[in-house]
Amino acid sequence: MIYDFLLQLTGNAAISSLINSIIPLTFIIPFALFAVYLERKVSAHMQDRLGPMRVGWHGWLQSFADILKLLQKEDIVTADADKKLFNFAPVLVFAGSYAAFAAIPFSSAYIGTNLDLGLLYIVAVTSLVVAGILMAGWGSNNKYSLLGAVRSAAQIVSYEIPTTLVIVTVIVMTGTLNLHKLSTDQTSSFYNWLIFGGYAAGWHKFALIPSMFVGFLVIFISTLAEVNRTPFDIPEAESELVAGYHTEYSGMKFAMFFLAEYANMFAVSAIVATIFFGGFQSPFGYLGNTLGISWLRPIEEFFWFASKGIFFVFVQMWLRWTLPRLRVDQLMAMCWKYLIPIAVVNLIIVALIMVL
Amino acid sequence: MTTYFKNIYTALYTLFVGMKITFKHLFVPSVTIQYPEVKLPMADRIRNRLYVNMDDCIGCDQCARACPVSCISIETVKSMPTEDLGKTSQGKKKALWVTKFDIDIAKCCFCQLCVFPCPTECIYMTDAYEFSEFERSGLNYSFVTLNADEIAEKKSNFAKMEAEKAAAKAAPKPPKAEEPASKPAGDA
Repeated sequence: MIYDFLLQLTGNAAISSLINSIIPLTFIIPFALFAVYLERKVSAHMQDRLGPMRVGWHGWLQSFADILKLLQKEDIVTADADKKLFNFAPVLVFAGSYAAFAAIPFSSAYIGTNLDLGLLYIVAVTSLVVAGILMAGWGSNNKYSLLGAVRSAAQIVSYEIPTTLVIVTVIVMTGTLNLHKLSTDQTSSFYNWLIFGGYAAGWHKFALIPSMFVGFLVIFISTLAEVNRTPFDIPEAESELVAGYHTEYSGMKFAMFFLAEYANMFAVSAIVATIFFGGFQSPFGYLGNTLGISWLRPIEEFFWFASKGIFFVFVQMWLRWTLPRLRVDQLMAMCWKYLIPIAVVNLIIVALIMVL
Repeated sequence: MTTYFKNIYTALYTLFVGMKITFKHLFVPSVTIQYPEVKLPMADRIRNRLYVNMDDCIGCDQCARACPVSCISIETVKSMPTEDLGKTSQGKKKALWVTKFDIDIAKCCFCQLCVFPCPTECIYMTDAYEFSEFERSGLNYSFVTLNADEIAEKKSNFAKMEAEKAAAKAAPKPPKAEEPASKPAGDA
């Protein structure tokens, strides 16, 4: 664990905790820059365009140029805005999505805090984002912002139910809420991943596979809705609400919302990967083990974790450029009439299999 | 109940159909043209900026007369009888110094009416279309090959010749009957 190493190095719990808490940020910011570039390239190529091509080789410096532009922009606060809420909202939104990274294991050597209630903590703390979004919408004193914020709140609150139900399904199966333990238990071969029935032996494993696929689909769809991505992007629907709750923001505050959105995308992808796809575990075994180099293994684990996370982020982008936006009633029907009943039935089936 | 499961099935099925299509398009070559580096070839008869090949121009002024917006202005000076101006590529003898051949492309309406009357086919439309300028005067193209000194020389030569002709005409007038007497004066 990096925390123990830091503690040994500095001899001070406060300093090592501080450094430990900054480590995910050093991953999220480069990831956000990369994801913005990836998003533009993926969207462009899916529409037979080229995307950014001018800034650097094939436009790879485009996101740096964007960030530079955002840094230089004027910070506009509208006259009738509720200044306190308006200024605090982006911080809270980013804090909410960043807090989720505390319990996500990046590799066997790094996890912010090895919480026993990791999954519950993540479900709880990401709800802060709703508060931040509502504050942004209300503080902007703009009807489009408010509409976007209210839609977002309704959507996130609704879609947390199927997410949590699937997480409960996983808890029923594994008996742990600790994401680090969940990852280490899905030992380093892909057939031990929970999507393939987990590490249980015997007929249980095969009986669980269909339920796990259903659970994966449900949690993927509902987390997609939780991070307000297309086809569930009605809170920031450009054609209806200008930009939703961040319409009135400019410069770095807007960049904070953007960063929070991409951090959130990675957070939910990482959670899905950790729950169903073995987290940081390699699907084939480790080069470090084969060569007998012990320090290589955590790096490989981090590589696999990042690859899985980025793959699911790619799938989210892929869906974004495939599907049109849902109507509000369709959105609610999808959650309450389809995802929740399916998740409940799935939970019951998994519980029965585990009891038998 | 059947519609419920049918809905789920259709949603998933159509989702995968859509994802397949977008994934295929991820690898379809892009249709974007990187414009300043890559340009589409223009059609053969495209009408863009005019060009005048001054080697072939005989200064006949037909293009200027054909122009509906008077964007071509030509001035010519007659050459000395002793001067040889060469021939056009089609073998026509040139007899005029073209001292001014300006095309104000800002006025041009790209009707191509100037191209057809040209007897030597020296004025034609090219496929150059990127000629924006910061000043409108920059769009006034001069095609003259002679420099200012040469133009002044040709003009003064012509003026001298005219003056001499006029002098020759004026001089023999009083002795109208004596024709042989006037000849040496004209030659000199």
